[in-house]
Amino acid sequence: MNDARIPGAFLRPGTSSFSDFLAENAPDLLPARRSLPAGSAAELAPHGTTIVAATFPGGLVMAGDRRATMGNVIAQRDIEKVFPADEYSVVGIAGTAGLAVEMVRLFQVELEHYEKIEGTLLSLDGKANRLSALIRANLGMAMQGLAVVPMFAGFDPDRGVGRIFGYDVTGGRHEESAFFTVGSGSLFARGALKKLYRDDLSQDDAVRVCLQALYDAADDDSATGGPDLTRRIFPVVWVVTADGATRMSEDTLGALADQLVGARMVRPDGPVAPLPGGGEEAQA
Amino acid sequence: MSTPFYVSPEQLMKDRADFARKGIARGRSLVAVQYADGVLLVTENPSQALHKVSELYDRLAFAAVGRYNEFENLRIAGVRLADMRGYSYDRRDVTGRGLANAYAQTLGTIFSSGGEKPYEVEIFVAEIGETSADDQIYRLTYEGRVADEHGYAVMGGDADTVSSYLKENYADGADLAGALKVAVAALGHSADGGQVQDRVIPVEDLEVAVLDRTRTQPRKFRRILPTRLAELLGERGPAEAAPETHTSETPANGGPAEPPVAPPL
Repeated sequence: MNDARIPGAFLRPGTSSFSDFLAENAPDLLPARRSLPAGSAAELAPHGTTIVAATFPGGLVMAGDRRATMGNVIAQRDIEKVFPADEYSVVGIAGTAGLAVEMVRLFQVELEHYEKIEGTLLSLDGKANRLSALIRANLGMAMQGLAVVPMFAGFDPDRGVGRIFGYDVTGGRHEESAFFTVGSGSLFARGALKKLYRDDLSQDDAVRVCLQALYDAADDDSATGGPDLTRRIFPVVWVVTADGATRMSEDTLGALADQLVGARMVRPDGPVAPLPGGGEEAQA
Repeated sequence: MSTPFYVSPEQLMKDRADFARKGIARGRSLVAVQYADGVLLVTENPSQALHKVSELYDRLAFAAVGRYNEFENLRIAGVRLADMRGYSYDRRDVTGRGLANAYAQTLGTIFSSGGEKPYEVEIFVAEIGETSADDQIYRLTYEGRVADEHGYAVMGGDADTVSSYLKENYADGADLAGALKVAVAALGHSADGGQVQDRVIPVEDLEVAVLDRTRTQPRKFRRILPTRLAELLGERGPAEAAPETHTSETPANGGPAEPPVAPPL
């Protein structure tokens, strides 16, 4: 029968979740509903690498490098790995790039769909939990080497602060109070953040700290890309405050990257942290 | 065995149309107006929670009058259709024409199928483009008719009277404040038994939303809240809430003569 009216499932009241609706009515559109043959697929597709995030009073910054790798090959120099999830939150991805980007797309629609149907925003914890569910649904693929490990962060209007959520491949989420990193270069980036982060950073300084951390990750991890001065490719940086999420312009980032690389020309290891109780007062 | 009464198809359709039209005319009017930066949707709706105007997609808005449960179902179906299409293809592939067609087919099938009560709703699907020449307002009626409106459009309540005010006062390419003033004044315009009256509708009773091309985010739909409305409308004289409608249908006291229904919005 060729009935052009909207199918009954669309008109039936019920779920406000887009992924639940898809699972019921178009399961083939869900990234996690695909069965894979046995064996590891880890080397088949590009991997995204390092994401860093840090809070400052009244908001947060999330930044990601631009490199995707396949084994020893740089698969892409200008991949984007930090995305707006909605107007007050951002999500950064590490792991299998293709699946991760698809998961982010689904997550974006999920949040927007809820907002439109219910006429109200999900709470920040609600958003973080939805992302947990999407990651958990991907566990089968993660076990075959196609893991996706995102990081979620947003402005919480109830508390007036920026909050960061980290995840593991089983969908377990944990909240980070000050800063967080994921991806292959995350250990080096975390070390840098530990030394540079303060509670009272201004927004501009929080951006500088994140860029320094990404530079340190690129310095020691071959899968993380540093600022590409010859091609003018810089990390993607999103700032989220009470006014919403905004992406920093290429021009601003270019100027910051030039400044950063200039300072590293003088001191390749970056800013020096003060050493309390040390023999001589260290220079910042 | 009794013989069923013969009812001619013409009479059957006319009865169904009269039924739907009566339901739609019971509520209050809703106005869609094109202005310089997009499309403005205004209606009188004292409820802050039950919306008659809402977002469908990046550049699409939905507005409806009539029976709430029926148009709410259609709204949700529209959001699901739009999100599913945008997710499986691309955000640019979700168009007002596609949604208007889906609504038209649905309303048309329900209207002409004998087993179902016709929907007592009328719908606008508004879409904005890159310039005001690309803006569209689709009007969908209870029987599945689609019309393409230009400049302004009115549905529900005493649409003819409101429309006559807009016909005289609507100007192309007005700014938001200008378009809003005309639209709100039009809603306050009523003809009670041939006597024309103009009422100032309180800002709290207005539901106003725009599709705003100048918004930097991809989603162009924005509600205008009472504080901002008061600023835009300026001084209008003493406000007067809407008179209680359909008193004639409700018995003064005693049990309801008809089964109770949710009041139309």
